[in-house]
Amino acid sequence: MIRFIHVSKEYARGGLALDDVSFHIAKGEFAFLTGPSGAGKSTILKLVYMEELPTEGDVRVAGVHSGTVRRAEIAQLRRKLGVVFQDFRLLEERTAEQNIAFALEVTDAPRASIATKVSRLLTQVGLSSKANALPRELSGGEQQRVAIARALVNDPFVLIADEPTGNLDDRATRGVFQLLRDINAAGTAVLMATHNLELVRRSDYRVIEMNRGQIVYDSAEAAADAAVDGRSTPA
Amino acid sequence: MRLTLRETLLAFRRAPLLSALSVMTIAFSLFSLGLFVLVAVNIRDALQQVEERVEIRAYIADGTPVEALAAALGDIGAFPEVARADGISQEEALERARAELGEFRDVFDAAFLPASIEVRLKPGFRDPETVSAVAARIRTYPFVDDVRFGEEWVRKLYNIRNLATAAGIILGVAFAAVAIIIIGATIRMAVLARGREISIMRLVGATDGFIRRPFLLEGLAKGILGGILALALTYFAHSLISRTLVATRFFDDRIIIAGIAFGALIGFLGSAVSVGRHLRRV
Ligand SMILES: Nc1ncnc2c1ncn2[C@@H]1O[C@H](COP(=O)(O)OP(=O)(O)OP(=O)(O)O)[C@@H](O)[C@H]1O
Ligand SMILES: [Mg+2]
Repeated sequence: MIRFIHVSKEYARGGLALDDVSFHIAKGEFAFLTGPSGAGKSTILKLVYMEELPTEGDVRVAGVHSGTVRRAEIAQLRRKLGVVFQDFRLLEERTAEQNIAFALEVTDAPRASIATKVSRLLTQVGLSSKANALPRELSGGEQQRVAIARALVNDPFVLIADEPTGNLDDRATRGVFQLLRDINAAGTAVLMATHNLELVRRSDYRVIEMNRGQIVYDSAEAAADAAVDGRSTPA
Repeated sequence: MRLTLRETLLAFRRAPLLSALSVMTIAFSLFSLGLFVLVAVNIRDALQQVEERVEIRAYIADGTPVEALAAALGDIGAFPEVARADGISQEEALERARAELGEFRDVFDAAFLPASIEVRLKPGFRDPETVSAVAARIRTYPFVDDVRFGEEWVRKLYNIRNLATAAGIILGVAFAAVAIIIIGATIRMAVLARGREISIMRLVGATDGFIRRPFLLEGLAKGILGGILALALTYFAHSLISRTLVATRFFDDRIIIAGIAFGALIGFLGSAVSVGRHLRRV
């Protein structure tokens, strides 16, 4: 589904952001990306939605290869994945409803289907009563729900979240996180960068920990190693 | 499509001053071009009228045998450039002169006026080069004394027309370049002003073509508006000149349509060049 093969990324202005990173995210998986500031979490996410391309190695997302991808393919790929950020990135002059519809309009979705889809999504994120509110009239948690609804318009196979709870208080954080869990339970993979170790600890999802552009810990590999160790250990 | 239109109208409402500026630049570039084209068109009209009157007159030596003259008339009449060739005898020449001169008719004596061949050319063969070439060929007949045609002024008119056309094209291209640059700058500002919106469009999977469309349409609309404005200005100039200096003819439909299309092209090109470059940066 998402595979990084010996990926390095060096920004034109700036040092080596990723240094030989390899991992694989399976269909329907939930994985955290953790690590200190500047570790390369956002860079990994940008490589997934192909905002950036690797300097070395290969990123493969849903059959699209970073080595051969064309701009038009990137647009198509983004319709198959959803992205949310710490700062929500909503359009200020559009209502909640219009922000969600915007993602459908700009991808030439059939007009007739937009309204029903938008109201279904608003219900799913628990905001049907705020359909006509502008972003500034919504709380942070509510704005993030709108952003999540917008990310879900095309039924993505993965939801990419870059510190989605970074601007939220505890209560809102728990609410948004629960929403992400529900989305994952319905079959969508979630790849979430976060500083909130509390969330990571409270759930038993996979954790990929980064430091200085490298993966320093991957709970999936640790489990596999443990399994191998377990088998090789004489009874 | 409706979304694209809405976005285009929005662009005008968001930056009315900037939009007006770019429409004005296109208008003035096309206006200057239009003035020169107007001059060129009117000179060409004048030329055409003059051209209809272009004739070559070959004066025949006294005592030329009638048969030789008739044969020459047949030959010349068969030249591909020649519409008709008429022989004018001494008597006919005298008649004409008398008719033109009225009361002084009696002072003329047939002996003063030589017989001649009057040659009219077909349309399309009345430019100075062809006229000279035909005149030279007629001159080769041994009994032709002299060949006359309004060489000087035919040439002069052609030169003025070519000059006006060249000046118009050069100025038009220069102003068009300025217009393209200004349109480019306004589109650049529009792109930057909407950077956030564009990056969100990108994020949710809008194609470059989709993102570009409203900007291109905006350029196209400005170009067409500029073209229409330029046309109005040129028409105003035309009526002013016609009233105060000389009667002039305005453009025909073909030139009007070409002018507006040229405006549209300038607007479109200016946006296309600019939007392509700036979209990659947001
Ligand atoms: N566009 C860019 N140009 C140059 N350098 C960049 C760019 N984006 C990121 N970097 C650098 O790459 C490194 C990794 O950045 P990245 O944003 O991936 O870190 P992060 O783990 O997301 O950090 P944070 O937790 O603070 O969001 C940092 O050193 C950063 O300065
Ligand atoms: Mg980051």
